[in-house]
Amino acid sequence: MSTATSSQLSTGRDGFRHLLRAEWTKFRTVRGWVTGMAVAGLVTVLFGLLAASATHSACDAPPGQTCGSEPVGPAGEPVTDKFYFVRQPLTGDGSITARVTALSGIITYPQSNPDAIVPGVEPWTKAGIIVKDSTTQGSPYAAVMVTGDHGVRMQYNYTHDAAGSPGPVAAASPRWLRLTRTGDTLTGYESPDGSHWTTVGTAHLPALATTVQTGLFVASPGDVQVQQGLGSGAALHHTQATAVFDQVSLHGQAAGRWSGDAIGGANGADLERYHPAGVTRSGGTFTVTGSGDIAPIDDPGRDIERALIGGFAGLIAMIVVATLFVTAEYRRGLIRTTLAASPHRGRVLAAKAVVIGSVTFVTGLLATAVAVPLSERVLRANGAQIRPVGTLTELRVIAGTAALLAAAAVLALATGASTRRSAVAVTAVILAVVLPYFLAVTSAVPTGAAQWLLRLTPAAAFAIQQGHQPYPQMSGAYTPSNGYFPLAPWAGLAVLCGYTALALGVAILRLRRRDA
Amino acid sequence: MRTPPEAHRTGLRTALHAEWTKLRSTADPLWLLLATIASTTALGLTAAAGVSCRSAGCAADPARISLAGISLGQAVVAVLAVFAIAGEYSTGMIRVSFAAVPRRGTLLTAKALVITAVVLAAGTIAVLGSVLAGRLILPGKGFTPGHGYPPLSLADGPVLRATAGSVLYLALIALLSLGVATAVRDSAAAIGAVLGLLYLFPILAAVVTDPDWSRRLQRIGPMSAGLAIQATTGLHDLPIAPWAGLGVLTAWTAAALLAGALLLRLRDA
Repeated sequence: MSTATSSQLSTGRDGFRHLLRAEWTKFRTVRGWVTGMAVAGLVTVLFGLLAASATHSACDAPPGQTCGSEPVGPAGEPVTDKFYFVRQPLTGDGSITARVTALSGIITYPQSNPDAIVPGVEPWTKAGIIVKDSTTQGSPYAAVMVTGDHGVRMQYNYTHDAAGSPGPVAAASPRWLRLTRTGDTLTGYESPDGSHWTTVGTAHLPALATTVQTGLFVASPGDVQVQQGLGSGAALHHTQATAVFDQVSLHGQAAGRWSGDAIGGANGADLERYHPAGVTRSGGTFTVTGSGDIAPIDDPGRDIERALIGGFAGLIAMIVVATLFVTAEYRRGLIRTTLAASPHRGRVLAAKAVVIGSVTFVTGLLATAVAVPLSERVLRANGAQIRPVGTLTELRVIAGTAALLAAAAVLALATGASTRRSAVAVTAVILAVVLPYFLAVTSAVPTGAAQWLLRLTPAAAFAIQQGHQPYPQMSGAYTPSNGYFPLAPWAGLAVLCGYTALALGVAILRLRRRDA
Repeated sequence: MRTPPEAHRTGLRTALHAEWTKLRSTADPLWLLLATIASTTALGLTAAAGVSCRSAGCAADPARISLAGISLGQAVVAVLAVFAIAGEYSTGMIRVSFAAVPRRGTLLTAKALVITAVVLAAGTIAVLGSVLAGRLILPGKGFTPGHGYPPLSLADGPVLRATAGSVLYLALIALLSLGVATAVRDSAAAIGAVLGLLYLFPILAAVVTDPDWSRRLQRIGPMSAGLAIQATTGLHDLPIAPWAGLGVLTAWTAAALLAGALLLRLRDA
């Protein structure tokens, strides 16, 4: 009689609920496992705090820029705002038009020719017309420009970018640019001939003053060369660009006199002594020379994921506990009781996976939810600027890290069930998840290999912690050692989940086929 | 009537003999040693095949690249050492071992000596294989005398130091793992602790933006300090000098073995 009842119990949804309860009871009554999980949460927070308190006001500004006086853009993010500006004030609505006929430049000591200053234009060298709130660095602006390698663009407020027609500028193929202001709305136009105009983009700048500065500008960012070898990865070379403008016209309430300024001050580099920035005018033709950039600063040292570095210590502890959750049953012989109580072996493992996955997810969530705000507070107290992220991104980073920990724990459980050897399973999972990340971020392998490691191995999941995506309108050192992953956040997590599902499938198959 | 004959049998030589028999009569250690050789040379090969040096002074260290596989091989060595003691605890074999060799210090010493010997042997093969692979591959990747890189040769002082030092490094990692496993007794927890100790310091050092703290972390971490022994270029710029770095790892190993020995003496089996 009683056998009939028990076999009824172990079938169906009700049976699975009992299994879950049994596995949960096992987990919470083993003191070592509960302690291990608590330790995992604790080290996640503590290592994050350690990393945060060892990070003082990061003084790694680009060459020529002084530390501590970094401009901040309208959205609160640190920005670069340096360029040569030929300007006059404009009050109320109006428009500016100019034709760019040439863009040339120099690059100092590039990798291909390290002893010389060679002619060359950076892909993101910018020359065009701009409407800017004031000459203060970091103030709102909108600009239409030609670039070295990315055609005509309209950009505003440092992070926004829209593409116009492609192709380089030359005397035979000049570009006409126009920027009009109507209230808060700025519209950028381009034309090949000055009579047929097309819209490049529109910007709404509600904070813009009534009287703005408008005129011609030239900026040329540092030349970033990512080294394919080992080591820290990127070198920055100073550059300068010169653009020729004519057919300049201004409509609206303007002062009528042009003046030239190096916004953000001179670059200080020796280059400026022999190749000074500035403007020369002959008739209606302006030749403007400048360096710098109008762009966000994407310094990964200030990102939110730095607060989550303690997750590595937590991850290792969780992998150990998750493995023991199944291998200990083999060692003690409890597995035979478990399988006698519930002959559906696949379901037993599924119940274990649900329990360990939930426990690690909740522990991870609590730990990261504490670690992130605490570390941010410590970082701010140390004077380190953090790049702000949106609430949704912050939630994604915190919940994603918890999901990463849960998926890794289930992977460890499945590997433990397959191998039945705890040390082998723990080593295999740590090597699969942590070692590729270690090799990639410490530049122990070349950048190309590092990116493949972070695409193919379970370590791809750490992409979920990346707070900022690379800006398409910048040439930065977007390498793994700088915190940029080759896969999108959720795609990276999906790679780990794929491995976990595969390992779980193999484990269930092996559990069914073999004797306990 | 038997004379009490077991007294002389509990000496170090008998214990050594017993440990050697245990090691060679089980399949795991042999497989793990082969895996050490295979994983070390394979990762070294991959790293060497992936680099390129386009101009003089490309700031890469050919010895370090060839020996990059040590960062993987050390994990396998750690498993081998952890098994040697924690494996006995999980099967209950440890009680038999203590009955045969009641002096616990002697048992641990015997285990340490046997493991050191086999790891030195396998490590020598793995490291020489990696250096040979680097010597054959790297010149084709731009590491030419014209760029300031003569082919890797053991006749070169720093290269010899890097090679021999890497073998020693593996042996020290094995002993560190033995010490931790003796203290922890559970193989999963022991291997987790060892791998955490090894990989966490360099990851933290890579993340911390303060250069002083970053170098400090690299100086105290057993892996980052110990692997300074592999440096053959840019020696003045290292966070820690090569032999001093191996000294830091030795200190970690000594501390782990000491803790293990103490706990072994104090606790029941």
